[in-house]
Amino acid sequence: MQDFGQAFILAFQLIVSTDPMLSEIVLLSLKVSISAVVLASMMGLCIGATLGLARFPGRSVVIVLFNALMGLPPVVVGLLVYMTLSNAGPLGWLHLLYTPTAMIIAQTILVTPIIASLSRQVIEDLYSEYREQFLSLGVPPKTAAAALLWDARYSLLTVALAGFGRAVAEVGAVIIVGGNIKHVTRVMTTAIALETSKGDLALALALGLILMLIALSVNATVSFLRLGASNRAYA
Amino acid sequence: MPSAVATAQRARVSTDAAQSLFPLKVRQLVYRVGTHRLIDGIDLTIEQDSRTIIMGPNGAGKSLLLRLLHGLLPPTAGEIRWGETLRIDQARPRQALVFQRPVLLRRSVGANLRFVLKLRRYTRAAREERLRHILELAGLSHLVDRPARVLSQGEQQRVALARALVLEPEVLLLDEPTVSLDPASVAAIEELILAAHKRGTKIILVTHDRGQAWRLADEVVLLEQGRVVP
Repeated sequence: MQDFGQAFILAFQLIVSTDPMLSEIVLLSLKVSISAVVLASMMGLCIGATLGLARFPGRSVVIVLFNALMGLPPVVVGLLVYMTLSNAGPLGWLHLLYTPTAMIIAQTILVTPIIASLSRQVIEDLYSEYREQFLSLGVPPKTAAAALLWDARYSLLTVALAGFGRAVAEVGAVIIVGGNIKHVTRVMTTAIALETSKGDLALALALGLILMLIALSVNATVSFLRLGASNRAYA
Repeated sequence: MPSAVATAQRARVSTDAAQSLFPLKVRQLVYRVGTHRLIDGIDLTIEQDSRTIIMGPNGAGKSLLLRLLHGLLPPTAGEIRWGETLRIDQARPRQALVFQRPVLLRRSVGANLRFVLKLRRYTRAAREERLRHILELAGLSHLVDRPARVLSQGEQQRVALARALVLEPEVLLLDEPTVSLDPASVAAIEELILAAHKRGTKIILVTHDRGQAWRLADEVVLLEQGRVVP
């Protein structure tokens, strides 16, 4: 119990003193996860809008597939990306394994189905409301998609933040493709796993607290945005 | 080559626009869901100048007929012919439909109207001029920057009507636009409809309000169980 209390005190000291090692890990985590969410949003929103608006044979199969991919195990994604980027893999010549880029790729693969599936639902719900009006006005499909994405922007931002939550808290994929290399690919989740196994609970706890703070901030931002949008009847 | 295609398209649109939308002829129109014939063999001819009111009890098929006329639904059988030869998809861009429950974008009143003006490729200056004019006409100028969906039901319906009228449609189709509105809102909307008709817009309005039919109708089409009552 005393160790536990001391670990907390040390963790707070590390946070307050903005320990360089801690800052480096936090910044790399944010860089990797934000990059992955931006890439996943670019792809996921296009996929979501297409699935929400278009009607084509096999659409429901694609929807079920994307829904299933939302629960994709991170270690499986890590393994697949590892095999693809390793020297023996098809993209080995890029030499991306054990780099932050490899971690971004893995997290993008994990987050894209989440953003695609959730945004598809948001777009489809809104389109069911607008459909007859758009048909009456003769709105072309591309304009309709752009209008729906714009009008659903607050809900879609929530979707992107949900994706960020998944990315920043993920450990299985990034530890496989990143390797948890000090000063290169060490992020919060992998560092927590390592420091815990080494018995350095203070650093692990400090990182854990920051991770929880980030999760809390993301949720608070989501609630704030939704409330603001709803008050102004834009949601 | 693309310019030749564009020229051909413009020529076609211009030919379509030159052709009158009237008379509107409906022949043996049927709309069936499962075994139910919701529209059951309607024959109808509607001329240009009159204000046509479609009346009938709930479930008579009034709103359904309006959607079929506007081409939002494909008929099961029968024919709808605007003018001599125009198909519905050729006629629809020259019409506007106001729904019973206004469907407004999650934007300001001004942005809702700008959206449709942009669709029709008005220049920025022309857009703003038309916007200002129609908002004045509808008494909505003071609400231009307000989010459309926080307005009262009556104001929302006036925004929907203004959005329809800003395109100066040849035909204005209205699906019970004043249902559940207070008398002042009803009067404001009827005034806008009458003003549009004076400017040459054909009115086809669905209602079950006899008073409204009395005030607005030049001719009444009475529907019952998907059929026109002679």
